[in-house]
Amino acid sequence: MATKVVMEALSPTMEEGRLVKWLKNEGDKVASGETLAEVETDKAVMELVARGEGVLRKRLLGEGATAPVGQLVAVIAAPDENIDALVAGGGAAPAKEAKPAEEVVAKTQEAAGASTVTRAAEQAQGEAPTPPQQKVPAFRMGTSAPKGQAPPSPTPATEQPRDGGNGEGRTRSSPLARRLAHERGLDLQNVRGTGPGGRIIKRDIEAAVAAGGTAQPPAVAAQAPAPAREGDFSDVPLTQMRKTIARRLSESLGPIPTFYLTAEFDMERVGEMRTAMVQMGDEFKVSVNDIVMKAVATALALHPEVNAHWLGDRIRYFNRVHLGMAVAVEDGLITPVVFDADRKRMSEISREARELAKRARDRRLKPEEYTGATFSVSNLGMFGIEHFTAIINPPETAILAIGAVERKPVDLNGELVTRQRMRVTMSCDHRVIDGATGARFLQTLRRMLENPLMLVY
Amino acid sequence: MAIITYRDALNQALREEMQRDDRVFLMGEEVGVYQGAYKVSKGMLQEFGEMRVVDTPITELGFAGVGVGAAMVGLRPIIEFMTWNFALLALDQVVNSAAKTLYMSGGQYPMAMVFRGPNGAALQLSAQHSQAWESWLAHIPGLKVVAPGTPYDAKGLLKSAIRDDNPVIVLEGEMLYNTKGEVPENEEVVVPLGQAEVKREGTDVSFITWGKMVLVANQAAEQLAKENIAAEIVDLRTLSPMDVDAIATSVSKTNRAVVLEEGWSVAGFGAHVADFIQRECFDDLDAPVVRVHQEDVPMPYAKNLERAAKPDAKKAVAAAKKVLYLE
Repeated sequence: MATKVVMEALSPTMEEGRLVKWLKNEGDKVASGETLAEVETDKAVMELVARGEGVLRKRLLGEGATAPVGQLVAVIAAPDENIDALVAGGGAAPAKEAKPAEEVVAKTQEAAGASTVTRAAEQAQGEAPTPPQQKVPAFRMGTSAPKGQAPPSPTPATEQPRDGGNGEGRTRSSPLARRLAHERGLDLQNVRGTGPGGRIIKRDIEAAVAAGGTAQPPAVAAQAPAPAREGDFSDVPLTQMRKTIARRLSESLGPIPTFYLTAEFDMERVGEMRTAMVQMGDEFKVSVNDIVMKAVATALALHPEVNAHWLGDRIRYFNRVHLGMAVAVEDGLITPVVFDADRKRMSEISREARELAKRARDRRLKPEEYTGATFSVSNLGMFGIEHFTAIINPPETAILAIGAVERKPVDLNGELVTRQRMRVTMSCDHRVIDGATGARFLQTLRRMLENPLMLVY
Repeated sequence: MAIITYRDALNQALREEMQRDDRVFLMGEEVGVYQGAYKVSKGMLQEFGEMRVVDTPITELGFAGVGVGAAMVGLRPIIEFMTWNFALLALDQVVNSAAKTLYMSGGQYPMAMVFRGPNGAALQLSAQHSQAWESWLAHIPGLKVVAPGTPYDAKGLLKSAIRDDNPVIVLEGEMLYNTKGEVPENEEVVVPLGQAEVKREGTDVSFITWGKMVLVANQAAEQLAKENIAAEIVDLRTLSPMDVDAIATSVSKTNRAVVLEEGWSVAGFGAHVADFIQRECFDDLDAPVVRVHQEDVPMPYAKNLERAAKPDAKKAVAAAKKVLYLE
């Protein structure tokens, strides 16, 4: 049985992949799970693995070439298996578009059903010396793809697993219901099953479609999965006022009505703390950014109202803090996540941030390492940027842009002195965060950075 | 268009084929002087003489073997079993000789012959004489198996069976012999082997069946129609080779299948049909395939118990409602 190797969605947002390097040659034996090639996604270089075993018979994509998710890039088959049809059929159409073609074939066969049978029966009668055998279905003898017999293709990673693997939360559904749901773009999770044991059957799909349940393409905002488990957050339905604010402000300013809060913090004590720690030895050396991240995480734990996701029909407030940090990489940027940053010591944050940044620059981050942030920071201080605004990464609802620490003249209790100062600007999604809400968070952050001993409190 | 009985349709087929080809002859218990245990061969001794309508002793293995030998030298025998219950004695000739000779001789020995007789339960013939054998026979590569459910199909399939160059099993029905149906008089009636027929069109559920159970499916479909459920009846007519396209076409239309068979469930032919459906029509199914069959017990003699053991329209209706999620 031949196995198609298709360009898989190796990151949640990947639409196409560039084949960096083949690790197997044509003619090589491959086992299921073995790495066939390195593929560059929009985020990182990932491994494309075999979903079946046999011989890598044909490679259909050259190194350096790009293919959309779902496109056939290679064929694994037995050494002597005829793969002409597979190879001829592949290369162009992404797998998910193959369905309508199959349907057409099926329909044609239905119409032609009677005549093929007659032919087969007559043939059987004509073959005198041949012992009669069960008639092979006519549609299997032709070149057309049989209905309901799509060649096994690896499940694209974008397809939501129906079963978490432990059987819990499993949606029961008839094969037909699954097919219909797929064709109509319905998520079975949103369909109520009325069959035995809650099985979703044809009539349930029809009812869902009649009720206008035809799913829209999922909004970008809802796509990024938060590593959220029950208890890690609370979902709050939108109040009418919240709805109106959301609608009115979106009309005014793009899909995410953003406003900006800028504050300047005195960083003198953070500087003193850092100097003291550096003097204690290399093992205690932390960067200003590490201290700011620790302070932001701690402040977020106190202000869940800015540690939230906008989910379209509700707001998800997190009681864990997963802090995204924007990292500049060659020709782009990526936002790896320090999970549970509020519960980590400064040294842990420092070490993790350093490692994540390095792996980001090497393009070796795993998808789970750059998804699931509840709030992000972006620091351009090292470039001497005094002040800037950052763009919110949905479904997150805020991002903090951190400028450079600079010595400036300030009025301190009536006396003009120079102090180390740092300007931050918080971009806020007004659908979730109001001006005063964001301001209160920055107030807390100011207290922490101006009195860093609070971080050990 | 003439309305004739299933019995007379078979009689017409036998006579027409014996007139058409003088290598064809009929042999079995009581086929000649007695005019057939069920009068299927009525008038044939008079018409064709005792060289071609041969009465045998009560020796199923013996005359089946004589038939095999005759086929090997180029004749085209029709072996009548008084019932397929008696044919058990002859199964060695059917399975090991008739079914294998073409294969084992590389086609050097011809084996154009027909084994025919009533199959399945009649009324109160008790455990030994109320059995349906299609699952046993369709199991054997090298045999073709047909099970006509109507007079038209009985005539058309028997004629095709006689003309076929392979050994063909014809499963008739004692309870079918007196049923009547349209069979055209002045045209040749031949039903190709391996071709099912949709006996009733419907959109809600497919009854897949054959032989006597076509009548049961019809009764069930009538009852369902009163509840606005449109059942489709696919009469396989030939079990081997099975018309898989007809099954797939119907199931893809109705999304639900009930397989009706006369025999027991374990390793029954209906299991083979259900296997095909789940494998080839998986994405079309809205419910698991349900089978209706005889209860897995020797057929009781007592009338009430026999009725309870047999598959009937009531059970077929219940099965249809089950796959329709109506109960």
